[in-house]
Amino acid sequence: MSLLEIRGLRKCFGSVVAADDITFAVEPGEALGIIGPNGAGKTTLFNLIAGGLFPDSGTIHLDGRDITTARPHERCIAGVARSYQIPRPFETLTVFENLLVAAVYGRRKSEADAAQACGEILDQVGLMRRANVLAGSLTLLERKRLEMARALATSPRLLLLDEIAGGLTESECGALVDTIKALHDSGVTIVWIEHIVHALTAAVGRLIVLNFGRKIAEGNPDAVMSSADVRHIYIGIEA
Amino acid sequence: MAKHSKSLAGTGQYRIVTGTPVSLVAAGGTLILVAVLTALPFFAGRDLLENMIFVFYMLALAQCWNLLAGYAGLVSVGQQAFVGLGGYLLFALTIIAGIDPLVAILLAGAISALFALPTALIVFRLRGAYFAIGTWVVAEVYRLSFAQFRQLGGGTGTSLGPDITNAVFGIDWVKSLLDVRTPAARDVISYWAALALAVGTLLLVYLILRSRRGLALGAIRDSEEAAASVGVNNARVKLVVYIIVAAVTGMIGALIYLQKARISPDAAFSVLDWTAYVIFIVVIGGIGTIEGPILGTLIFYLLQNYLASYGPVYLILLGALAILVMLFAPKGLWGYVSQRYGVELLPIRRRLVWKKDP
Ligand SMILES: Nc1ncnc2c1ncn2[C@@H]1O[C@H](COP(=O)(O)OP(=O)(O)O)[C@@H](O)[C@H]1O
Ligand SMILES: [Mg+2]
Repeated sequence: MSLLEIRGLRKCFGSVVAADDITFAVEPGEALGIIGPNGAGKTTLFNLIAGGLFPDSGTIHLDGRDITTARPHERCIAGVARSYQIPRPFETLTVFENLLVAAVYGRRKSEADAAQACGEILDQVGLMRRANVLAGSLTLLERKRLEMARALATSPRLLLLDEIAGGLTESECGALVDTIKALHDSGVTIVWIEHIVHALTAAVGRLIVLNFGRKIAEGNPDAVMSSADVRHIYIGIEA
Repeated sequence: MAKHSKSLAGTGQYRIVTGTPVSLVAAGGTLILVAVLTALPFFAGRDLLENMIFVFYMLALAQCWNLLAGYAGLVSVGQQAFVGLGGYLLFALTIIAGIDPLVAILLAGAISALFALPTALIVFRLRGAYFAIGTWVVAEVYRLSFAQFRQLGGGTGTSLGPDITNAVFGIDWVKSLLDVRTPAARDVISYWAALALAVGTLLLVYLILRSRRGLALGAIRDSEEAAASVGVNNARVKLVVYIIVAAVTGMIGALIYLQKARISPDAAFSVLDWTAYVIFIVVIGGIGTIEGPILGTLIFYLLQNYLASYGPVYLILLGALAILVMLFAPKGLWGYVSQRYGVELLPIRRRLVWKKDP
């Protein structure tokens, strides 16, 4: 059974169709990449999967269970975690406390039990030095890392990453790819939205391309990137 | 990204530490202060006791509103609904049901919580400004409803007879202990009850913030959407907070009107006395902190004490001060101080530390 199964998903904002009859599935243990120009509906798709938005029509199943109308916190407890493209840290909590909330509520652990896991995640994403400072004082780069760390603290089965590599240097980007690969190897299923195509293709086994709310291509990253439709959209974006 | 640097440090564990040297000193200071305040009736006059009762219930109301608005994001301007409800319940329970006033205070809290549930079902459907207006409208409904009760004096209100106020639990004991007459003994009992309520409210808010629910409240305060995305059931956390606050506010209302011994719908459900002043206290002191409302209450008390005789000018001054603080110290005076000097008196923070195995 697929871990995530999306059928005929549609979402309109007034006259803008942000998701237009989108259908795809994510298998357990897979790493899937999503690309598409700005405004293609990528973030909207994550909002629909994580429950921040409800679709006009279509269904979402997690592990065979219909979660189309489940509320966001229920989806988190069911195993869906996300990062926000524009980071939304809990600014008046410390970095560690940001993870602690996620571990205590998303994973239903006691605070004392959660501390060890949170510490290891902070170490893994390179935020240990900043563990006890207020999240509001982080730089944009650190905020992006915190987004990922906080999502991980819920110990998700499905991790949705929305443009976390933007603004990274080449070596930082490489380290991020390593981290994501390690997560993937540890069994987390990942869906990653990213503009930096070479980073994405290094980490994912399959690619979906969105444009104007529609899925226009899907398959092996190299094959997808060399298809005529996709090349047409991506001319100039990634030289 | 960093590899497991801690592995170089040998084996060990991550642990959570709360508390700082400052907070230890603060805790000690608080204990001493509470002891002194408890003993105050032994050497203070009635005027001071009456002033302190006012400070205690404003402090308790401010802590309640702060928990509601500053943490749970529920900006209610209708908390007078529960002050008035508690007051009227005290009168109904003592006059009609013949229950001891101190017991009636506790019952008023429990019944207020019961009223809060259906009230929440209505106002929780509203968001933002509409929620605020909705709470006010509900408070007006409460006021108009209680004005209908003939037995409690209808629109003009009623008084508690001396047969009730003088028969309050423990009054004979206080009279012989302090060698005072009945009215003074009554004030002493009100004073201790108010002190217990204020300290109890502080402790309750502190314990809530220290519990896992406190973590969720901090998250909700900063971003409701992100809180939900990490598994926090925002609606439930808010409902629990709303009901707890209603219970405590009802008890405070009961106590206020036990001490006043006279109630009327207009006074008991006054938005100025029980909500506007309270918001002022929290805003100038510092919303979203426990320390802020304490500081705010002290400032409000001093202003009230020295300026209230100027009438309208006093209200204009309060308004001007609130605006100044909002402009120049949006997190209130305590927020300004704690940000600038990095102090926190109450150990709410959880810090992560690495403890090496011995
Ligand atoms: N909450 C919203 N309200 C109205 N329009 C929205 C909202 N969210 C997204 N949109 C619109 O939907 C389209 C897709 O946006 P988005 O999903 O953010 O794209 P992407 O993440 O691919 O850049 C855009 O035209 C955007 O303006
Ligand atoms: Mg986006």
